[in-house]
Amino acid sequence: MVEDDDGAGDPVGNLSDPAGVVVPVIPAEEAALVERAKAGDVNAFAELVRLSQAEVYTLAFRLTGNEDDARDVAQDAYLRAFKALKRFRGDARFSTWMYRITANCASSHLSRRSKSSHDELSDDDAMPDERPESNPEGMAEAGALRDRMTAALAELPAPLRSVVVLRDVYDLPHEAIASELGITEAAAKVRLHRARKKLRERLFPMPGEEKARAV
Amino acid sequence: MRSKFGVRAAPTGSSGGSRSNGVSCAAVAAALPGIVDGVDVAALDLRRHVESCLRCQAELAQYRKVLRALHTLRTELIEPSPGLLPDILVALEAAGERGAMKHLLTGRRAAYLGGIAAAATAGAAGAIVLASRRHRRVAVAS
Repeated sequence: MVEDDDGAGDPVGNLSDPAGVVVPVIPAEEAALVERAKAGDVNAFAELVRLSQAEVYTLAFRLTGNEDDARDVAQDAYLRAFKALKRFRGDARFSTWMYRITANCASSHLSRRSKSSHDELSDDDAMPDERPESNPEGMAEAGALRDRMTAALAELPAPLRSVVVLRDVYDLPHEAIASELGITEAAAKVRLHRARKKLRERLFPMPGEEKARAV
Repeated sequence: MRSKFGVRAAPTGSSGGSRSNGVSCAAVAAALPGIVDGVDVAALDLRRHVESCLRCQAELAQYRKVLRALHTLRTELIEPSPGLLPDILVALEAAGERGAMKHLLTGRRAAYLGGIAAAATAGAAGAIVLASRRHRRVAVAS
């Protein structure tokens, strides 16, 4: 649920204390903006939106796979955040809280979309192989690999993409992912497993797999 | 060098195999996506298989590349079009106005209900007073 804010999972701006507990580092300016926004200052909330919109939009884009949906999801996420702001305890980064809300909004958006369209891929559908003949040496370049990864993510079925993006890109814990996507932790782990496998097969096929794909 | 779950590089010249230490490469391949990040610990027999199997070591290395590539996406920001921020702010303003209107209507409704309750109470009190006066007149007349 969007109201649950455990502050976990933000790899940026967080520190681990010697006991291994993640301690979020919240900039004073951001904390002040959150307090003002919670007190009803609309300008403070607008400033929070301005500061975080690129990160929220990026996550929305990675989860939905296209610009129009990403805009809708980002807008919906900020509306929900605005309404739920009083329940934000402020002990985590605002962006971390927004990630969870954005994940929840994207999940709702995608499930609405899948109900109205019948061409959604199921988890078990094989990914289409539209890649050009790859050059393993060329993939060593980080930029090229990132582009290939972005393309591979876009081709994943949405349920798999959501989990792998939230876990392996944004480092959200399984519990938070399951909560925001409305699935069990076990289902989240299964989807993550499948997504990683498909990405590995897509980006770094093993010799036998290359032949199998060619046939 | 040891990995997160204790897998060492195979000795040079190892040819690997489809089955060693009682574990098949297929079983390792099925388990690797779940254990590559080190969150879940691999079983001992599986680790021993990977230590002696070049094919499984290669596959593990590929999974690690996938994870590294995914991690690099974290720092990459996709800039939204310039219209997004104004759209969000307009939507927030509209939501704020709707909220204020709802609050106002809720307040008025409470006032109406309060007025009706007060009028009903006054009416009932009046009826009681009239009834008691009539009762007194009847008592005096008799």
